[in-house]
Amino acid sequence: MAMNYNAKDEVDGGPPCAPGGTAKNRRPDNTAFKQQRLPAWQPILTAGTVLPTFFIIGLIFIPIGIGIFVTSNNIREIEIDYTGTDPASPCNKCLSPNVTPCICTINFTLEQSFENPSKECEPYRRNEDKPIAPCGAIANSMFNDTLDLFLVGNESDPTPIPLKKKGIAWWTDKNVKFRNPPGADIPLEERFKGTTKPVNWVKPVYMLDPDEDNSGFINEDFIVWMRTAALPTFRKLYRLIERKNDLHPTLPAGRYYLNITYNYPVHSFDGRKRMILSTISWMGGKNPFLGIAYIAIGSISFLLGVVLLVINHKYRNSSNTADITI
Amino acid sequence: MTEPLRWAGYHWQRLTGGANRDNHERPYSYSSLLACRGKSSQTPTLAGKHRVVVPHLQPFKDEYEKFSGTYVNNRIRTTKYTLLNFVPRNLFEQFHRVANLYFLFLVVLNWVPLVEAFQKEITMLPLVAVLTIIAIKDGLEDYRKYKLDKQINNLVTKVYSRKEKKYVDRCWKDVTVGDFIRLSCNEVIPADMVLLFSTDPDGICHIETSGLDGESNLKQRQVVRGYTEQDSEVDPEKFSSRIECESPNNDLNRFRGFLEHSNKERVGLSKENLLLRGCTIRNTEAVMGIVVYAGHETKAMLNNSGPRYKRSNLERRANTDVLCCVLLLVIMCLTGALGHGIWLSRYENIPFFNIPEPDGHVISPVLGGFYMFWTMIILLQVLIPISLYVSIEIVKLGQIYFIQSDVDFYNEKMDSTVQCRALNITEDLGQIQYLFSDKTGTLTENKMVFRRCSVAGFDYCHEENAKRLESYQEAASEDEDSPDTPSGSLSNMAKPRAPSCRMVRSGPLGSISSNHLTGSCFALGSGEGASEVPHSRQAAFSSPMETDVVPDTRLLDKFSQITPQLFTPLDETIPDPLLETLYIIDFFIALAICNTVVVSAPNQPRQKIGLSSLHGMPIKSLEEIKSLFQRLSVRRSSSPSLASGKEPSSGVPNAFVSRLSLFSRMKPASPVEEEMSQTSKSPQGSGNSACPIETEKQDGNVGVTNGKVESLPGQPLASSLCYEAESPDEAALVYAARAYQCTLQSRTPEQVMVDFAALGPLTFQLLHILPFDSVRKRMSVVVRHPISNQVVVYTKGADSVIMELLSVASPDGPGLEKQQTMLREKTQQHLDAYTKRGLRTLCVAKRVMSDTEYAEWLRNHFLAETSIDNREELLLESAMRLENKLTLLGATGIEDRLQEGVPESIEALHKAGIKIWMLTGDKQETAVNIAYACKLLEPDDKLFILNTESKDACEMLMDTILKELQKKNPASPEQASSEALHQPPAPPDSGLRAGLIINGRTLEFALQESLQRQFLELAARCHAVVCCRATPLQKSEVVKLVRSHLRVMTLAIGDGANDVSMIQVADVGIGISGQEGMQAYVNLLFWYQFFCGFSGTSMTDYWVLIFFNLLFTSAPPVIYGVLEKDVSAETLMRLPELYRNGQKSEAYLPLTFWITLLDAFYQSLVCFFVPYYTYQGSDIDIFTFGNPLNTAALFIILLHLVIESKSLTWIHMLVIVGSILFYFFFALVFGAMCVTCNPPSNPYWIMQEHMLDPVFYLVCVLTTCVALLPRFIYRVLQGSLFPSPILRAKHFDRLPAEERTEALKKWKEAGKMDQLTSKYSDHSAVKSERIPISDPSAVFAVMSATSCAVEQGNLSVCETALDSDYSENKASGMAGPSKD
Repeated sequence: MAMNYNAKDEVDGGPPCAPGGTAKNRRPDNTAFKQQRLPAWQPILTAGTVLPTFFIIGLIFIPIGIGIFVTSNNIREIEIDYTGTDPASPCNKCLSPNVTPCICTINFTLEQSFENPSKECEPYRRNEDKPIAPCGAIANSMFNDTLDLFLVGNESDPTPIPLKKKGIAWWTDKNVKFRNPPGADIPLEERFKGTTKPVNWVKPVYMLDPDEDNSGFINEDFIVWMRTAALPTFRKLYRLIERKNDLHPTLPAGRYYLNITYNYPVHSFDGRKRMILSTISWMGGKNPFLGIAYIAIGSISFLLGVVLLVINHKYRNSSNTADITI
Repeated sequence: MTEPLRWAGYHWQRLTGGANRDNHERPYSYSSLLACRGKSSQTPTLAGKHRVVVPHLQPFKDEYEKFSGTYVNNRIRTTKYTLLNFVPRNLFEQFHRVANLYFLFLVVLNWVPLVEAFQKEITMLPLVAVLTIIAIKDGLEDYRKYKLDKQINNLVTKVYSRKEKKYVDRCWKDVTVGDFIRLSCNEVIPADMVLLFSTDPDGICHIETSGLDGESNLKQRQVVRGYTEQDSEVDPEKFSSRIECESPNNDLNRFRGFLEHSNKERVGLSKENLLLRGCTIRNTEAVMGIVVYAGHETKAMLNNSGPRYKRSNLERRANTDVLCCVLLLVIMCLTGALGHGIWLSRYENIPFFNIPEPDGHVISPVLGGFYMFWTMIILLQVLIPISLYVSIEIVKLGQIYFIQSDVDFYNEKMDSTVQCRALNITEDLGQIQYLFSDKTGTLTENKMVFRRCSVAGFDYCHEENAKRLESYQEAASEDEDSPDTPSGSLSNMAKPRAPSCRMVRSGPLGSISSNHLTGSCFALGSGEGASEVPHSRQAAFSSPMETDVVPDTRLLDKFSQITPQLFTPLDETIPDPLLETLYIIDFFIALAICNTVVVSAPNQPRQKIGLSSLHGMPIKSLEEIKSLFQRLSVRRSSSPSLASGKEPSSGVPNAFVSRLSLFSRMKPASPVEEEMSQTSKSPQGSGNSACPIETEKQDGNVGVTNGKVESLPGQPLASSLCYEAESPDEAALVYAARAYQCTLQSRTPEQVMVDFAALGPLTFQLLHILPFDSVRKRMSVVVRHPISNQVVVYTKGADSVIMELLSVASPDGPGLEKQQTMLREKTQQHLDAYTKRGLRTLCVAKRVMSDTEYAEWLRNHFLAETSIDNREELLLESAMRLENKLTLLGATGIEDRLQEGVPESIEALHKAGIKIWMLTGDKQETAVNIAYACKLLEPDDKLFILNTESKDACEMLMDTILKELQKKNPASPEQASSEALHQPPAPPDSGLRAGLIINGRTLEFALQESLQRQFLELAARCHAVVCCRATPLQKSEVVKLVRSHLRVMTLAIGDGANDVSMIQVADVGIGISGQEGMQAYVNLLFWYQFFCGFSGTSMTDYWVLIFFNLLFTSAPPVIYGVLEKDVSAETLMRLPELYRNGQKSEAYLPLTFWITLLDAFYQSLVCFFVPYYTYQGSDIDIFTFGNPLNTAALFIILLHLVIESKSLTWIHMLVIVGSILFYFFFALVFGAMCVTCNPPSNPYWIMQEHMLDPVFYLVCVLTTCVALLPRFIYRVLQGSLFPSPILRAKHFDRLPAEERTEALKKWKEAGKMDQLTSKYSDHSAVKSERIPISDPSAVFAVMSATSCAVEQGNLSVCETALDSDYSENKASGMAGPSKD
């Protein structure tokens, strides 16, 4: 902008009658950075260069996929719907809200024995509540059915299966995040004095469990429930069945029955409730998707690798020589 | 610490003290400046708005208070903000940006409880961050300005103090109107002041205006009439006059007013009396003046428009895309709202889900949906990345940093680098499609070399001179490798300005010429200034090339007739070469005096040469001569008139006699005859004239004559003289005259001393100078001839103008008239020949006036001069009255040498697909020849010449040409359609190349509304357009037209440095597409809505959500945008074709945008549903589910960038890895800290859990791979199946140096071969050896040359007063890339 009144020039031109003065050398540094000549990796994506990538991906993904798939397949699950919508179901009687508490019993048979199973309960609900509703809508809607599992060894004397209540929540949640009101010596009831139970709850919060270490806010059922499910269909860990230190399977094959105290209404919104017995593995519950996906992607990339190999073979020269003009 | 305090203080002071200041701050608008050039005369200042300046001294105190007290003082303030108003004003400015308003709206929206999605404060975070960053940037800029202002305000100058009765040092800021200021040599003028005294005996003062208009030549200023005579300095105490002048305005070339003495006598003031702020006093020991305008009212400040905001093409397109995003957002939100409404209506009666309000009222589904719409807008706001604009800004800053520190743009001689003044247009540099160039000073060096002249109908072609020029080039190229070599003008241009004459007379030329066109009489290319500035700033300081003119031997022979001996009559029979000799003398006298050249001697800047010593001396002898002549002339009237160049005796005495009674007693001499014979030998129009033959014949003579020249008395003195001219043409002519011993010795306002060969010193009394202007296209001097004592007008100007002004009927009889007609025809022929060679032509003519005529004219002229209003018109009329009935003397041909490397550059630019328009005021032939010379036009181009007299004819012609073009180049259908204008067809790679020549008058028709379209269509089909004889206004109109109608990136050459290598930094487009990865991320949120009852729930903690955009993913695109470099500069320079890629802005096409959007859509699908299916039916909780999504999204965005980027340095790696690490670090820390935040769900310990969970990694890897697979495949296939030229060029970069050269050769060869036939590619290697590859160093040279253009800012002008292109370059320069 030649017309600009360039004040800086003015100042520069200021030193009177000083020809050849000390002019600053404004030559830019000839450094790699300033001249943008940094050593650079210039990825040129051509069939030839990416071929190995595809094969490597294929070779890695397929075994991983197979591994996951096998793992997932080894997880054994048994699912029992106890919502009671089916009139034949023993729990059908509990659908009517008048009968509370309602206890229903479901018989089922394990064909094989379960090694190291955990028992999950899965209220199968179509829709999840608003999590950020005022004042604990989630807590209000806490799942409160109780389930007891019995092994019917002989008709008259069913053996109750010991269900472990503790250890179903994250350690950090139980020990850091959730805290009962302060006062270690005072009974829990006193500490919650002045509070009232949520509308839908049967018992107040301090009576969730006789064990004070698992009652109040640090009740693990409550903690698990409070970890808001991400998706409308969700599972929640209910109890653990620990492996005994003997050679017997944890849940030997046989007839079992499930005693359900039916408190939690889902019928109104077409919800479903299921009890799932499942073994656990490093990858959680049974889910074939991940394994299949890995195998599929691995195969695709392997295939692509082959296609690219062909392309590379055919067009190898095009990119390096000047046969083609622009 | 003290600095900010002072700053605060300063602003306090301003706030309290300068309350009325703002009223005086004019809006700096460039348009007003533009307009003032063309229309100044139409907007005369109102009479009532004159300003009265009274001395700021005790006796006039009352009057001073009354008139001048209210005027602004000299303090300047260019800052935008003060300390107090910074925050509000900056916010106000920032909220002019729609995006910021939008985000403000979001923030406000979030405060509405019903739709609140996040915590209120969190939505503010990004906005606050962005505003803060911009505010800090603005603040720093403003602070810098403030510091600069302060520095200037505190400069010291000498102001007369009434208390101390002497000049005392005072700061600039304390100078007020009416102050007397005394300045010494090389001091900067602090305010506009009227010159009252100069130490120069003639009352002249020279100023250098480079700070104002970029012209480095000296301008002459004149002490107010009446003060010149005073021997001593004007005593301010005794100064009792008052000055009345027009109100402050921004017209640098206008100042009207008068000075009224106490006795009511008025003296006119003009711009000649005004010293402008910012200029530097040169060549004058000391000056004194009174301030009339100060501070912001000075012309310089009024012209300071400040940086204009130029919206870049990219930004405009980005805005469109942001709008698209908004649309998308609305659609998504509507979906969300609808979904939520439906969901609510299904469960309307189940309180379990539909939580009632505290008052028991249940929201209706419709209302719920409505609320949800707004909630969604807040939730999905990330779709429009707030950081986008900030990122773009940062990227631009980075690019500018790299452009400025590019060593290739460093000009060694100037010690300066490129300076980008407009921040917004860097990326557009890579997208230029049209380039508008002025000829003079841009394509050419603006270094005028005297080449040929025609005197009295004889053509003197100065063959020796041409040879010398070539030898200069050779000498120059030998010196190529020594950069330290001082080269004449270049060293002059170095920053520390030498006080006066900067001519270096000797020493090798430190410059290179790698190209000169052979085969023609003149050498193109250049020998001067390898890294010369395109608009030469050394106009006044001519190089040896220009100053050393080897005289033409034939002409010298004729000169030999003029010898002192011949002043005394030898015998009665003097032959009659007289008229011609007379013409020659007059011609050279005109060359020497008809100008405004300043004479000075080196080393003695302020000494006026030989004035007083010579004064009066010659008159006496001349008186004698005169009487002798008179006697002779009577006798000679009967002598035969047979002119021959080798007449032994001289006709000088006769010449002088005949001057007394011009042409009265002479028969037409015979030059015509001789010329006839000569022309028959030399066919006009061919490259070679008869010169070589002529020279051979006279070879023997040359040495002798040269020897004689040097031995002549006066020569040593003459050679040490420096001529500083306003225009290089003038200097060239004066130097040419000097070569013929017609040496301009000195010049004062009153008289001109010429040392004329044998005649000795002649002193012309200078009566008047009618300076050059672009309307008249000529200048005149009125002198009283020392010998004849007649008033003679010498006029020099454009041939077309002069030819019209020649006297039609000679009073001296039909014979003379006929002779003049012949002469005119001859001269016209020569002129045509000159123009064909691309020479600039000037005609020289004279007129003898009688004293009464002159007195009559003078009276009218004075009237014109003293009027304040309408002065321009009156002066013009006055000039018209003087410059008529002229007698043609001859013509000159001056070569305006092409800039170094111009042909190569133009060729490269053509290859790069840039269309070049040359807009010039030159004649058509000159322009076309220059166009050929600089390879703008190729010999086998088809030329279409638009040269019509009427609009209809113009239309018809254009129609015809269009049809012809369409026939030859069957256009694609969309070109033929009317939409073609918006998508101009790319110049055809092969096939017919067409050039369009259009002259000014036709351009006028073509620019009319009805023909515009046709004209543009036509022009779009031609690869080169030359507009000749274009007026400044037309030039800017053309640029505007093309820019607005073709909607392409244009670059006016003022902008300079549109170099090919710019591509490497012009790739922001992709930088933004990196940002589009964000959309994938936003879509994730959207998908989630389908699974949470459209409840506006986010599966990510909002802190992470906000920071994701702001922190983790913002740096990589920025770095990418700044550092992206696809092909190495070397390869680019060799393959300018690659530029086409950027030009079509391929990186950022609308299609690309949609593809990217589609890709983003896919990526979001993958990114959501892979984790979804993985965790389906598991006990995953909401944030635990979101975590792998986030992580995968981050990887996708970053790796996407890696795939798209063309070059990765350790900086990229650092930033990318840093981003990832920072993300994990943040997630871990946040996960550990956030125990109770964001209840009931929060990200507590999630990342920690996940990092121990193999499934997390598996999901992330799988998601990333699947999401990137299509893009990766796309790029791979593109890379191997349809490699773009850029991609292929990249391969070259990988090769070792020799191989690369070889490969490049092959490529180029293949390109050529392909046009012929594609089958011979096997032989290409063999063939390529023979095809010279243009030397890249030449292109680099141009690059550095053009860099100076950028250094001057967006607007670089260095035209000179004689060149009518002066303002138009400015106009086009500005009109070019700006988009107001």
